[in-house]
Amino acid sequence: MSLTNLLAISLGAILTNNFIFSQFLGICPFLGVSKKTDTAIGMGLAVTFVMGLASAFTFFVNKLLVALGLEYMQTVAFILVIASLVQFVEMFMKKAMPTLYTALGVYLPLITTNCAVLGVALLNVQSNYNFIESVVYGITGGLGFLLAIFLFAAVRESLEFAETPKCFEGFPIALITAGLLALGFMGFSGMVVWQ
Amino acid sequence: MDMMNIIYAVLVLGGLAALFGIVLAVAAKVFEVEVDERYPQIMECLAGANCGGCGYPGCGGCADAIIAGKAPVTACAPAGAEGAAKIAAIMGMEAPSGERMVAHVICNGGEASVKKYEYRGVEDCLGALKVGAGPLECAYGCLGMGSCVKACQFDAIHINEKGVAEVDPEKCTNCGACRNACPRKIITEVPASRKVHVQCANKDKGPVAMKVCKNSCIGCGMCERNCKFDAIHVVDGVAKIDYDKCKGCKICSKVCPRDAIDPISTPEEKEKFKAVLKAQAEKAKAAAEAAKAAEAAKAE
Repeated sequence: MSLTNLLAISLGAILTNNFIFSQFLGICPFLGVSKKTDTAIGMGLAVTFVMGLASAFTFFVNKLLVALGLEYMQTVAFILVIASLVQFVEMFMKKAMPTLYTALGVYLPLITTNCAVLGVALLNVQSNYNFIESVVYGITGGLGFLLAIFLFAAVRESLEFAETPKCFEGFPIALITAGLLALGFMGFSGMVVWQ
Repeated sequence: MDMMNIIYAVLVLGGLAALFGIVLAVAAKVFEVEVDERYPQIMECLAGANCGGCGYPGCGGCADAIIAGKAPVTACAPAGAEGAAKIAAIMGMEAPSGERMVAHVICNGGEASVKKYEYRGVEDCLGALKVGAGPLECAYGCLGMGSCVKACQFDAIHINEKGVAEVDPEKCTNCGACRNACPRKIITEVPASRKVHVQCANKDKGPVAMKVCKNSCIGCGMCERNCKFDAIHVVDGVAKIDYDKCKGCKICSKVCPRDAIDPISTPEEKEKFKAVLKAQAEKAKAAAEAAKAAEAAKAE
């Protein structure tokens, strides 16, 4: 456990193993909330926030499950944890930070069932990360999601004004764009060797 | 051992769920945010279509604005008078009176209007308007490209057989979407029960208005002179009906030489009305002569 290790995890989560472009997790909000850059940033921040929190919580839940020999229940238990966590955070924010609550708005409850959040929890367990590594992986994974959705939204915004063939208008060209972006991110795969 | 596993699993998951449940229940109490109790009540009275006709983002935004006093209780047009009355009751205000209003397109041109050129571009009124100020000679006429039809959430406005947008007063909720969509701004609101409407918005002087459309109002003032209730006046070169005074007698539509007032009278109806007018004039003349004769006799 050293700083370089954490850096490696961060770079891996943001670029090499980007949740969207290499692991294909969280595609639903990626396509759904990427029509405007500002909503995309809102969604990305919300995901980052929840992924960091979820990593921390599921770490302890996983310890409990392992202690009792119930590893096979990870998925179910994690879903439970994440769902209640998001609910709790929503209530807390509504009271304590109304401005942030209105800014994130509808995205927060949407994340409850986001597979990227469940994915980060399960990957933490798979990679045998300790607590700090888990949290770092969660937050940087969220930042990777933020980067991906922001880039995609920015391209989609300009696509609105581009002359696309009739049959590609709207969603098809967006999917092609996503594929090209994913190809671009493939270029990072040779960069980090530790993972 | 297997049994123990199952029991453990159930206990752990059940325990976790119960724990989270309790935490959430407590959190719901601790972090309870006071929502104005009128908010859900008002939400129930609103139409719930999120049409945006009120100018606020969705029905929730409208309810907020009504509570804050920024919007009138009648802000939700689709909710109608009934909804407005309920909201007024919730807000502790008096129910607004006045009858249901509907949108109305002030144009009767369509085929009768003179075309500058044939427009074959995008099916959109604003688009048509961008090309040489529109395909119509008339600067006030309905372009008939159906921007209002697309804007209507209630299927209440359509292009009629003349090529002019027409509102179905039954379906119209007066939400205002068509008014905003119309680049000519020739959609107004009128009381739903009224049937007599001036169907031209052309403010040009008579000779100009005469040339651009067969059904244009030329501001001749026939309707104004013949109205018995002082309810129709030529303002800015075009006739306007004062719906507070109008009794719906349709005399204006019968005397209009341009067929610019709805309901448009048939030639027979016009002839009949002319005959009635003539008879009345003769009667009046006869009465005046009789009075004159009587006066002359008295003087003698």
